[in-house]
Amino acid sequence: MKRPYWVGPGLTLLTYLIAFAMFFPILWMIMTSFKTEADAFAFPPQVVFQPTLANWQIALFDSNFLDHLINTLLITLGSTLLALGLGIPAAYALAYYQTKRSDLTLMWLISTRMLPPVGVIVPLFIIFRDLGLRDTHTGMVIIYSAMNLPLVVWMMRSFFLDVPYEILEASRIDGTSLLQEFRFIVIPLVLPGLFATALLCLIFSWNEFFFAFNLTVTKAAPVSVYISSFKTAEGLFWAKMSAGATAAVFPVVIAGWVAQRQLVQGLNMGAVK
Amino acid sequence: MTQATATRPAADNSDLIYSLRRWLPLPAILFMVAVTQVPLVVTLGFSLERWNLLRPQRRRFQGIDNYPDVLSDPNFFTIILNTLIITLSVVAATLVLGILLALLLNRDFAGKGVVRTMLITPFLIMPTVSAVLWKNVLFNPAFGLLAALAAMLGLQRPDMLQDFPMFSVVIVTVWQWTPFMMLILLAGLQSLDHDQIEAAQIDGGGYLTLFRYIVLPHLRRYIELAILMETLFILSIFGVIFVLTSGGPGTQTTNLSYGIYQEAFQRWDIGEASAMGIFAIILANIVVLLFVRVLRRGQAEEVTA
Repeated sequence: MKRPYWVGPGLTLLTYLIAFAMFFPILWMIMTSFKTEADAFAFPPQVVFQPTLANWQIALFDSNFLDHLINTLLITLGSTLLALGLGIPAAYALAYYQTKRSDLTLMWLISTRMLPPVGVIVPLFIIFRDLGLRDTHTGMVIIYSAMNLPLVVWMMRSFFLDVPYEILEASRIDGTSLLQEFRFIVIPLVLPGLFATALLCLIFSWNEFFFAFNLTVTKAAPVSVYISSFKTAEGLFWAKMSAGATAAVFPVVIAGWVAQRQLVQGLNMGAVK
Repeated sequence: MTQATATRPAADNSDLIYSLRRWLPLPAILFMVAVTQVPLVVTLGFSLERWNLLRPQRRRFQGIDNYPDVLSDPNFFTIILNTLIITLSVVAATLVLGILLALLLNRDFAGKGVVRTMLITPFLIMPTVSAVLWKNVLFNPAFGLLAALAAMLGLQRPDMLQDFPMFSVVIVTVWQWTPFMMLILLAGLQSLDHDQIEAAQIDGGGYLTLFRYIVLPHLRRYIELAILMETLFILSIFGVIFVLTSGGPGTQTTNLSYGIYQEAFQRWDIGEASAMGIFAIILANIVVLLFVRVLRRGQAEEVTA
């Protein structure tokens, strides 16, 4: 299996080129956010320019951006906590105390994630309107919790199954209560998995658009909805738009970069088990 | 005997736990029934009504009439076709790109961490930001980067969203979903047994043979799972279409999600939108059933092998 000396470096170069091409739109967005509006429209496009923070100032503070960012934060954190709170006990029971119905329950819970959002959006809209949940944080927390709960059950059950049974058995003979067992033995062992699960919940909730767009108006509208309003702002405020867009994705991108290993682990749960 | 008395307190304790733990999944189940199954049944109910929110006083039960109405609408056929075209082309393109990138990343080279970080970023970005970015900064026919590039090469500035709307939607979606495919397949490659590869190399297998007979069969499970998950997501994409093309020009890029959105929240026809929603559910179920069959067949082959 001899191959020419240039194949290795050639493949590496190819990898660099593809990675740069994939990342380029994001790089360009970040660069545009530091240009003046005039520079953003310059022809030929400017690679070297005098950076300015003016657009960031306007995009963040002279607009409703921060209100929507707070909405996103509240909804994302609230729904992740609720999904974990409901999903972890279920996953725990499904992993350790299997009954005849456990597999069926698990399959059913996972199948709810396969339901297309458009299949339930019409009644949700009507129900939310009648219950006064439309355009509220509570309503969005409920929807996103339901969206992430199957994922929580599926992933956490797998992580619980990885805990060696001998450890649990030993603690039970010592007379540890269920809550103690959970708090002091199981949770520390599955903490990395819990982190990966929470991260995926956060990403999905943060980026969701369909439910948010149809079930909120202004009061509870998250950043994803706010950004979509730029779809008709063609040709006018690219630099400000880029600053807002960069700020909107910043927290999740950084979290994803830092926790790449957990992200990969989370996405592969199904394939590994 | 001493053994029994020693474990006695624990046994009592576990009796209590036993009665408790049976009910642990209940809150999650009740919550999911309320938020997903109740609306599902209500969709079915609404689909049997004539009900337009602009004329709410005329709401009445009318049986299955909405279904023939939906099916005989020529637009509905276009919408289903668009949904399938988008889904199939995005899944196929991300699969090819994902395998290629996973193979390239499964080597040792300088700056691998940075390269992987750059490659996963499109997946982390919210779809509306991606779409707004591509629509304005890249695709804008007058000032966009693509137009500028074409002008510098002396070509005509392309109006991507007007002239190639479907292609544009697919490109942006492929850009977003390639990292997902890549990450799953990369994990698959990394779990590959190196001894097996070395043995095959000693036997004189070329790279293509190696890929065809060792790497691909090993990746199969990962590929199937990635395709299933991605297909379900792409079948109901909405944000990219809403921002990029609003389903247009005409109905050229209207998929099922966007079509139902228009029926429900622009024409306010709750009955017909619900009937369309039922079709969306049926479509998703067909996909899931197909995959379950494929997965089962795979398992059966593994058993007989």
